Amino acid sequence: MKYAYYPGCSLQESAHEFDVSVRAVMDRLGVELVEIPDWTCCGASAAEPVSRLMNYALPARNLALAEKELAGLDVLAPCSACYLNLLKVNREVVGDKSLHGQVNEALDACGLAYGGGVRVRHILDVLVNDVGVEAIGAVVGQNLNGMRVAPYYGCQILRPYEVFDDPRKPLSMDNVLTAMGAKIHPWEMGARCCGASLMVTHPEVAMHSVEAILGAAEGADAIATVCPLCQMNLEAYQHDSAAGGHHVPVLYLTQLLGLAFGLEEPAVLLEKNMSLNGSMRAGIRARAWRHEPPGGTEEAGGT
Amino acid sequence: MNQTKPQAWSPDPATREILDELRGELGACMQCGTCTASCPNGFAMDVTPRQMWRMVQFGMLDRILESRTFWMCSSCYMCTLRCPRGLKLTRAMGALKRLARERGTWKVRRNSAFYDAFMDNVEKYGRVQETSLMPGYFLKSRDPLLPLHYLPLGVRMMRAGKLHVPDGSRKGRLKALFAKVREMEDRS
Repeated sequence: MKYAYYPGCSLQESAHEFDVSVRAVMDRLGVELVEIPDWTCCGASAAEPVSRLMNYALPARNLALAEKELAGLDVLAPCSACYLNLLKVNREVVGDKSLHGQVNEALDACGLAYGGGVRVRHILDVLVNDVGVEAIGAVVGQNLNGMRVAPYYGCQILRPYEVFDDPRKPLSMDNVLTAMGAKIHPWEMGARCCGASLMVTHPEVAMHSVEAILGAAEGADAIATVCPLCQMNLEAYQHDSAAGGHHVPVLYLTQLLGLAFGLEEPAVLLEKNMSLNGSMRAGIRARAWRHEPPGGTEEAGGT
Repeated sequence: MNQTKPQAWSPDPATREILDELRGELGACMQCGTCTASCPNGFAMDVTPRQMWRMVQFGMLDRILESRTFWMCSSCYMCTLRCPRGLKLTRAMGALKRLARERGTWKVRRNSAFYDAFMDNVEKYGRVQETSLMPGYFLKSRDPLLPLHYLPLGVRMMRAGKLHVPDGSRKGRLKALFAKVREMEDRS
């Protein structure tokens, strides 16, 4: 399995641990990632309010690059916002002759054109449908060992386009977690919005969503996320009383996978998670690494 | 309904184009209110999404522009998923933000400061550089207290090693694309 990898800006910056854990986990699963050469920003949620055309041209540039340089490969995006922006080009531009023409006229300014032939995939889609839950379970074993995890899907991988999961009752991440031996924390907040960029423009409003989500996660050992903005919003304001004073570790699904594979903490950059303190890390270590190493002795591992 | 005469607010062509696009998109709204019931941020809106679509159908530009409703949209797509008419309601909220920007007031400037700063950053660096994005946002918001609000988070992010010096290696990569899109938008 081989994919054209689109990390997106966040994964080069504050969500570096997502990038590192995605690469580590995919490597373990025998999946090859080839980074799209010279990729640029997808526009996130900022392009749409500013320019309709730019909202399509920015992600289309990256698909055009993938089509040209990495022909035949699906694009894999770990970030939900990147995923949706790229997918939108296929759903809204391709097939609309006038808009497609405009987008390609714009792309011509950087010597590119997008024909419409690149399939866009989110990492969760690839994990569940290409790698397969059984294969993950076979590599990982049951190493999360009863760790209680709240699967948080967020919005943009489920909506507006129903691609690889039921947007009303998503299960893909539940299945990956169960395959790792985790217990699913029962909650209704898995597809609730985290506030996204509203946390910057109107934090007083977004904080209500974060409070509701963190409150419902009480009792879970961790929340698992697959989007850098969900991750940031759910973990960065736990110190803020407006977020309800709930303290729940928030980890990327790929970090949990990495730990379950037996990777050491630094290999998934656990020190970059702002919602983890020393005792929480010790707790996660005890749970996620409670597998018997070949020598038979209990290994605490890590630093 | 199909009144095309210039009205009291005499919309400029760009405003007219977005409003027409919106009216086309929302023409089939039957006012069921599923969108309003589905919105996680509805409590912070002064006009419900359902009412907003009606105002768009009627072309009530002044009332639309007075509202803060569309600035509260976090693009979660719950309304779009549930709309029994299959209308692209989240996209309409985005178009309303653009409509408001065409007729910018100080309120609009405040609300769109982050989006503007973000796009400036993309234009300059090719990939968003967070440590340069936030100061850009502070400047555009013209709120001297805003940096203080972010100070504790900035410290926590620094401690976790999440802040990086801006990477200038792709500076100007998107310059031609931005210029071209601007030219095309001015033409239309």
